[in-house]
Amino acid sequence: MRAHYGKVTAAFALSALALSGCSAGGDSSAPAAEAVPCEASDGPVELTFTTWVPGMDQVVELWNEDNPDIQVTVQTGPNGNSGTYQNFFNQIQAGNAPDLGQIEYDALPNFRVQDGLENIAECEGIEEAQDQFVDWTWGQVTFGEDGSVYAVPQDSGPMAMYYRADLFEEAGIEVPTTWEEYAAAAEQIKAEGAYITNFPKTDVNWFAGMVWQNGGQWFSNDGENWDVNLTGEESEEVATYWQDLLSEDLVSTLPSFSDEWNASFNTGQQWTWVSAVWGATTLSDGAPDTAGKWAVAPMPQWEADTQSAGNWGGSSTAVLKGSDHPAEAAKFALWLNTDPEALALANELGGLYPAAKSATELEAFAGGVEFYGGQKIYDVFAEASSNVDPDFTWGPTMTQTYTDVSDGFGAAIGGSGTLMDALETGQQKTIDSLKSQSIPVAE
Amino acid sequence: MTAAPATTPKSPRGGSTTSNSADTNARGPRQSVMSRSAAMLIMGVFTLYFLTPIWWLLTTSTKTGGEITSTAPLWFTANSLGTFFENLGRLFSYGDGLFGRWLLNSALYAGVGALIGTVIAAMCGYALAKYEFRGREAVFNIVLSGVLVPATALALPLFLIFSQVNLTNTMWAVFLPSLVSPFGVYLARIYAAASVPGELLEAARLDGSGEIRTFFTVSTRLMAPALVTIFLFQFVAIWNNFFLPLIMLRDQSLFPVTLGLYAWNSQISQIPELRSLVIVGALVSIVPLIIAFLALQRFWSSGLGAGGVK
Repeated sequence: MRAHYGKVTAAFALSALALSGCSAGGDSSAPAAEAVPCEASDGPVELTFTTWVPGMDQVVELWNEDNPDIQVTVQTGPNGNSGTYQNFFNQIQAGNAPDLGQIEYDALPNFRVQDGLENIAECEGIEEAQDQFVDWTWGQVTFGEDGSVYAVPQDSGPMAMYYRADLFEEAGIEVPTTWEEYAAAAEQIKAEGAYITNFPKTDVNWFAGMVWQNGGQWFSNDGENWDVNLTGEESEEVATYWQDLLSEDLVSTLPSFSDEWNASFNTGQQWTWVSAVWGATTLSDGAPDTAGKWAVAPMPQWEADTQSAGNWGGSSTAVLKGSDHPAEAAKFALWLNTDPEALALANELGGLYPAAKSATELEAFAGGVEFYGGQKIYDVFAEASSNVDPDFTWGPTMTQTYTDVSDGFGAAIGGSGTLMDALETGQQKTIDSLKSQSIPVAE
Repeated sequence: MTAAPATTPKSPRGGSTTSNSADTNARGPRQSVMSRSAAMLIMGVFTLYFLTPIWWLLTTSTKTGGEITSTAPLWFTANSLGTFFENLGRLFSYGDGLFGRWLLNSALYAGVGALIGTVIAAMCGYALAKYEFRGREAVFNIVLSGVLVPATALALPLFLIFSQVNLTNTMWAVFLPSLVSPFGVYLARIYAAASVPGELLEAARLDGSGEIRTFFTVSTRLMAPALVTIFLFQFVAIWNNFFLPLIMLRDQSLFPVTLGLYAWNSQISQIPELRSLVIVGALVSIVPLIIAFLALQRFWSSGLGAGGVK
């Protein structure tokens, strides 16, 4: 699921402050948490599940009909960074968190560090389920720890390039397959009076997806210390690349997902969008006048003849700390994210692209999509999904990192500093933030 | 602000028919016209400033999702009325009438909360104004300091307290904290001190009326304008309260309209059809506030004036 970062209000900052005050005494160095014994409870069980995926209540109804002894109640709220994560932390602190919660991959480490997740590795069928999920998503929920599983992957956002097939053909421009060709195409498209794409200054997780594709690693954890590396050479390459496009005014800088952003796609001002699989419906809803004119190709590559892809977004279903029924909760989470019927319905109502490998067998992803000229676009994304680097790790303070980097990006677009400066500032502030929460940082 | 209307009745009888010679007889007519038009200009600018967003809300709520970006932002489209009712219909039918439920919740939280809150604030302020007891000023100062603490800062502690007694995610979690209004106590005390004469209470006592009866039959009537003000303030504060419900509530059917619209707004990127619903919903959600103000402002303005003159 996508979320818009950098909108953290002062109010949240305030309560986050209060919370970190509460938890500062706790051990936040991410020790290997013992897996819960995970024994089934006697008698009927009632579970609560907080999510913001539209239509999830109807998916859960399927489960409730078949499992009279494990009844799940769905609770909804605003999306994670708009308040639900903060609520989870408050509720975990107060001991009344829901049994299950939707958590995006980039927020999982934060919950892990704050000891907000149950280790469900011992639960029936969980460890064996590894093969059912796309490799990289499994890495996200285990943090590479042995004997640990902290959530079940729900959906993912493998990236590819949406492009206006008709305009490229009319103008006689080759569809770029490398970033070098992409930059060249950007100049030609500018000459046609349009932009090749829009640089999303507030979607730092999009930028992270670019770095991810390039083999970069923003965070790593050796089991004890966190290493922060927002400014590695892969990041620098990506930052310099987009900085050049920005400096030469070859990309626009509209606020993502805004009305004017939609309008610019709808009126042919944007020729490509490098985005995640869930962007397919964003595009078809936002730019209805361009139906049939789009197509999807793999992301441009940094080196010719390679096949790497980035990822943007995606969530897991986690069993939150303090659940009285982790066994049943884990069982439900596994069903929710592997059962073909559930996956199909979650896709239909909530637009989820499942993290389960069986996604390719779902009818919804089998056929051609009219908006994309009948192209079988999900084949491209399935291919991309298998090309996502499985070792990418998120840090425990992504909300803060996103905010600081996004501020820097905004400044760079305004003409003060560069994207690389923004990453350097983000790097420093992230280290400061980790230290202030007593999370050990490798120097 | 009050200066402009105060000078108008002083203009010479005869109105428009009188020539400027009559005007010169009135004191400082030139200056008055100048300052009047300056005041009007400033008020006009501010009125425009405050009303433009509402005007935008009104015009935009008469558009379909696609028209929001493709048509002039501050004007209507050819089929405005039809689209508006269509939007309204979708608003109230979306998610099994969830929006109607939210409106009712807000009305309940704000209506009942403000009513009880006003009674409590009135009694408290009245007691502080009219009874002599030890520690009176200390109590008043403590209550007054409550005005300075933003409600947002109290939300998290309240959540932890309500968690202890298992009342989170219930109506009570939003309702109970809404009942207290330090500002209301302050206003009630000031107003009671100015408008309820001690002699009148003395007379009531001599006639054999109990303190509580005196309060409800005599004092509240004298304090009515202040009570209306407190009620309005409290109603608006609860209606617009957002952070407390955000932290306390998880069950969508308990949400007030503010939180519900926020939740929808955060899902626009997943369900684009919500965009127009959020806009129409925002328009509908301010209607009760407008009604409350129009219905009660009569009491309110006359009351404030009376208090000021005295």
